[in-house]
Amino acid sequence: MTAQTNEVPLPRRRLGRQRLVGRALTYLVATLLALFILVPIYLITISALTPREQAFDYPRQLIPSAISFDTIVFFINASGVQASFWRSVAVGLITLALALSIGAPAGYALARYAFRGRNGYRILVLSTRAFPIVILAIPLAVTYLRLGIDDTIIGVALMHTALALPFTVLITSSVFASVPRELEEAAQTLGCHPLQAFIRVSLPLALPGLAAAAIFTWVISWNDVFAAVILTLLHPTLPAKVLSALTQSPIYYQFAAGFVMLLPSMIVIFFIRRYLLGLWGRVVK
Amino acid sequence: MRRLGWAPYVLLLPSLGYLLLFFATPMVQAFALALQDPAGNVGLASIDRMVRDTNFRNAVFTTVALVVLVLPVQFVLAMAMALVVNARLKGSGLWLYVYALPLGVSELAAGIVWVSIFTQRGWLNTILEGLGVIDRPIIWQSSETFWLLIFTVVIAEAWRATSIIMIILVAGLQAIPPEYLEAADVYGATTWQKVRRVILPMLRPSLQVALILRTILAFQVFATVIALAGTGLRVLAGEAARWATDIDNDNVAAAYAGLILILSIASTVVFLILLPSREEQQL
Repeated sequence: MTAQTNEVPLPRRRLGRQRLVGRALTYLVATLLALFILVPIYLITISALTPREQAFDYPRQLIPSAISFDTIVFFINASGVQASFWRSVAVGLITLALALSIGAPAGYALARYAFRGRNGYRILVLSTRAFPIVILAIPLAVTYLRLGIDDTIIGVALMHTALALPFTVLITSSVFASVPRELEEAAQTLGCHPLQAFIRVSLPLALPGLAAAAIFTWVISWNDVFAAVILTLLHPTLPAKVLSALTQSPIYYQFAAGFVMLLPSMIVIFFIRRYLLGLWGRVVK
Repeated sequence: MRRLGWAPYVLLLPSLGYLLLFFATPMVQAFALALQDPAGNVGLASIDRMVRDTNFRNAVFTTVALVVLVLPVQFVLAMAMALVVNARLKGSGLWLYVYALPLGVSELAAGIVWVSIFTQRGWLNTILEGLGVIDRPIIWQSSETFWLLIFTVVIAEAWRATSIIMIILVAGLQAIPPEYLEAADVYGATTWQKVRRVILPMLRPSLQVALILRTILAFQVFATVIALAGTGLRVLAGEAARWATDIDNDNVAAAYAGLILILSIASTVVFLILLPSREEQQL
């Protein structure tokens, strides 16, 4: 591929028949792939919204004749569900607070400073992203027992913070990278202390992005089941509760549980859509 | 402007400390636990107990089988999705958004979504019967039919965890200079030739990262399997959880955890050797 090819004037090809067919084919593949993702979401939704007495009907109705919140109400009122739901919410909030207060400064440093060891730190963060949760949870259970924080909200939240931290650092760093540093520098030349410049200039601009990072952090905690199963016993989070109830519960309980757990994860993607490529794709330009 | 040479280090320190505390310490501890028996005597007793457990071979085989079967499916799907996103169709942002939807879905929720499809009185049988493909419901989730169970888990995992690969590949595709593809156009390359000769070689670093990341995550498969197969399938993470909670033997559980870590590291090394890339590693 020499630079010469750039100079060759590209003949503007007309949309020939072959190209049109290709285009149509691409749309077809695109639609099939989208259906593969969307149809199961539709199916669990109508499964959860089917009246309880129709839960065992077969064949099932692809377009439901009746919608009811019966099943979801049954699930919410099942023993232990509400308590574990609020526990999940609380664990998520503590995780969010911890991960943001520890991770956002690091994200800021990655976005703003060129310093020795920056690359090493980045590699550390990237590799902890995939670290097997199993190897963290099991020794932690032993440590927690010794510290007396086994089966507690704070114990699970500390573990979830470790899981979420790499992601929090990555999102916040791309958030801060998108805030022009010139503004901060201008504030400093006008006499602001760097901290003041940060609080008055960069922070307000970064707030929407930080909110997205917070929501994603919360969902990482909301989604975890393995650590919660290992670290809790009598006070499970919602996924741990649902998992342990799976075998003894009617199938409509499962559908409602699946739907309730699915909802926040659908919403989060909307908020972090701008940062998706930064999270998993290339990290720094 | 004041120069603050130490500032980045102060900012990094809390997260560095936290990661070390919560990643390095448990890792050392896990191996220490695995090399003790519950009474605290050092030795291979726990590892021996893990290996001689009736579920051990099953768990290793099923986990490896899932990794081997899921990955190709996911890479084909992810590649197709990434090419679609990159083809700049109308509303390309929307396609990316839809394909990324499962990214935030938990293993357990994904498992349950597919239970509603594969259960005997479920959606798949309804649809297949409606189309006249079968005359009576197929039992997809029976512990008698190992490969059918594997099939259901593979599909559920492909649905849940293809998005991550897709995102990595989209980022990789965007980094390919458009001139390369234009040049291929000038020489009359077909779409397939462009994929084969330009896109795939240029995507190598992204493919490597995606492969490593996805393989490591696949070795930890847990809740999807429990939701779809119950005790019909045994996997390594499931056995670790069983030993830690039901049997209350953290040493054997830690041995399973260590095994998962070793498999993850081994697969990473294999992929680094098989797919060497000169570009900077991202993992």
